[in-house]
Amino acid sequence: MGLPAEMLPEIPVVSDPGLDRNAENLTKGQIAEVINRVIDRETAARFRIYLNTCVHCGLCSDACHWFLSNDRDPRFSPVGKVKQTLWEILKKKGRVDADFLKECSRIAQTECNGCRKCSMYCPFGVDIAYLLFVVRRICYQLTIVPQFLQDTVNSHAATMNQMWVKQDEWVDTLQWQEEDARSEIVTARIPLDKEGADVFYSVIAPEPKILAQLIGNIAQIMAVAKVDWTMPSQDGWDNSNMAMFAGDFEIMGRVERAHHEAALKLKAKRIVMGECGHAFRGAVYDGPKWLGWREPPVPVIHAVDFYHELITSGRIKIARKFEEPVTLQEPCNIVRGRGLGTKLREVIQATCADFRPPPEPDFEHNYCCGAGGGVINCGPPWKTSRVKGNSVKAEQLAATKAHIVITPCHNCHAGIEDIISGYKLGMHVRFLIEILMQVMEIPDELKAE
Amino acid sequence: MYTFVSGPLVWIAFIVFAGGMIYQFLSMLKMAKKDKVVLPYMSLKYGLRSLLHWLIPFASKNMRMRYETTLVTFAFHICLVLLPIFLTAHVVMFSASWGLHWVTVSEKAADWLTVLVIFAAIFFLVRRWMLPEVRFVTSASDYVLLAVVAAPFVTGFIAHRQWFDYETMVVIHMISGAAMLMAIPFTRLSHMLFFPFTRAYMGSEFGAVRHARDW
Repeated sequence: MGLPAEMLPEIPVVSDPGLDRNAENLTKGQIAEVINRVIDRETAARFRIYLNTCVHCGLCSDACHWFLSNDRDPRFSPVGKVKQTLWEILKKKGRVDADFLKECSRIAQTECNGCRKCSMYCPFGVDIAYLLFVVRRICYQLTIVPQFLQDTVNSHAATMNQMWVKQDEWVDTLQWQEEDARSEIVTARIPLDKEGADVFYSVIAPEPKILAQLIGNIAQIMAVAKVDWTMPSQDGWDNSNMAMFAGDFEIMGRVERAHHEAALKLKAKRIVMGECGHAFRGAVYDGPKWLGWREPPVPVIHAVDFYHELITSGRIKIARKFEEPVTLQEPCNIVRGRGLGTKLREVIQATCADFRPPPEPDFEHNYCCGAGGGVINCGPPWKTSRVKGNSVKAEQLAATKAHIVITPCHNCHAGIEDIISGYKLGMHVRFLIEILMQVMEIPDELKAE
Repeated sequence: MYTFVSGPLVWIAFIVFAGGMIYQFLSMLKMAKKDKVVLPYMSLKYGLRSLLHWLIPFASKNMRMRYETTLVTFAFHICLVLLPIFLTAHVVMFSASWGLHWVTVSEKAADWLTVLVIFAAIFFLVRRWMLPEVRFVTSASDYVLLAVVAAPFVTGFIAHRQWFDYETMVVIHMISGAAMLMAIPFTRLSHMLFFPFTRAYMGSEFGAVRHARDW
């Protein structure tokens, strides 16, 4: 049943040592043992009920940007991905071979962003992304993980941050950024390990590694808004979590625990996270779930919520609005994942003169950037398929004729940049903080000479 | 044969149906306790909010995107449940056996509603065949399930019209009805039982945890 394979175009073979080499020595026995262990011991109600409830209606398909962008190829529909992986696995009771498992990894790791839009399109609310995450878990336990993604997980395990940032490099970067910030605003500081601060600010590791100026920016914003804040000098400063996407939930739990414990140790009143969506998801939902917490022990808010609060409370005033036409990429994990769509628009409207909202689907229904869910962390081998898998996003952005795409998320930032260059849209990507820096009023007494 | 299908078989069908549903419900509850996140995240408010949106035609975005499927699906499910309950012939049988009475739909209306169910089943069949994304995930069991659901209506319609041999047709109708009832708890037709729970869980997670909508 179903479409005969010869009628579907071939999916280009991508070589990735994380899949190819690691699959070489796997035996069918090993594979079956791991699959049955994961299914019997780690899954329960959601897994069984979702699979028994799905009536194969295909109504989830229109939710998926991969499906829409690949000429409605049924292999990219959410249920199509489950069919090609879990249904086969269950039908064969786990007796599948290593080549099949490589396909599973490709599908679950590189062709699904776990954006969870499909669960909003399934009449039964089947969490298809969760099912594909079970596939990821199986693949991870059998070491079939794209190499670049595994490297970030190794980094989390060894350094408690995603990008192999060493302890001295972290503190050194903060000091350097504090110095830079003070050259603009005299009172700018990056207070380290301050107990009882109102705000514990955390970032993802790419900030100190390659985008250090974003930390300098927040130091200036905190100084202007006169926020009592701190950052930890030790582990726990990185709120990103690629282990969550690789299926390594043990490391995922360690990373989240370290992050929350760092804030608890400093007796911070709340955690404010920088502009990243997946990190927010890890800190607020996936991490606590795995750790057995109903809610995070310290309240967590996202940068968008924080900026909104600073602007609406008048702690930050807007001196002049950003002139260039801007549009918006709505990160799944803070819009579909936290309902921040309205606040995000309000921040943009407060700071930008020419805001062009993305055409439908928007708000909770927006298309994922294509990079989230760990897909961009699968690295350069998968870039072509990733960009091809999101032509609908390119169309949506192009329709706005904006010059700037505001993306309050690191994954979105990188993903949208790739889409812009891939489809030659001639746009630029900016974080919200970069816009804020340009439009924020700096009182004269704070300005450095 | 008629005595068997109109007597013991009906009892067997109802017992298997009810017992199966209770069994599935209890297994679900047991699994939900094992699945550590399900019960703590369940929220009556957000669960009902989501269910309400998915029980009202066109209240959710995907229903508005697929208006023909939405219309047919609602018509199909409403008739599927209500028609057998309020059909005069069925009520008469209950009345004869147990002395119970309740309102019935007119013969003519019943005829048209049956046609609607059969038309909807054909729509699903054609949809399954025509749409590549549905065809791709279709297996033989999907056709069998559709046939199991449509059979009591097709045979009931034929029997009522007294086409072919009436006695035989009524027997086939009763067997197919019993088969459908017994299949519900043990096949994907169990979505009848699971739908409120899966939707309510997703609604709870979206509402209470993510502060967002899921429709």
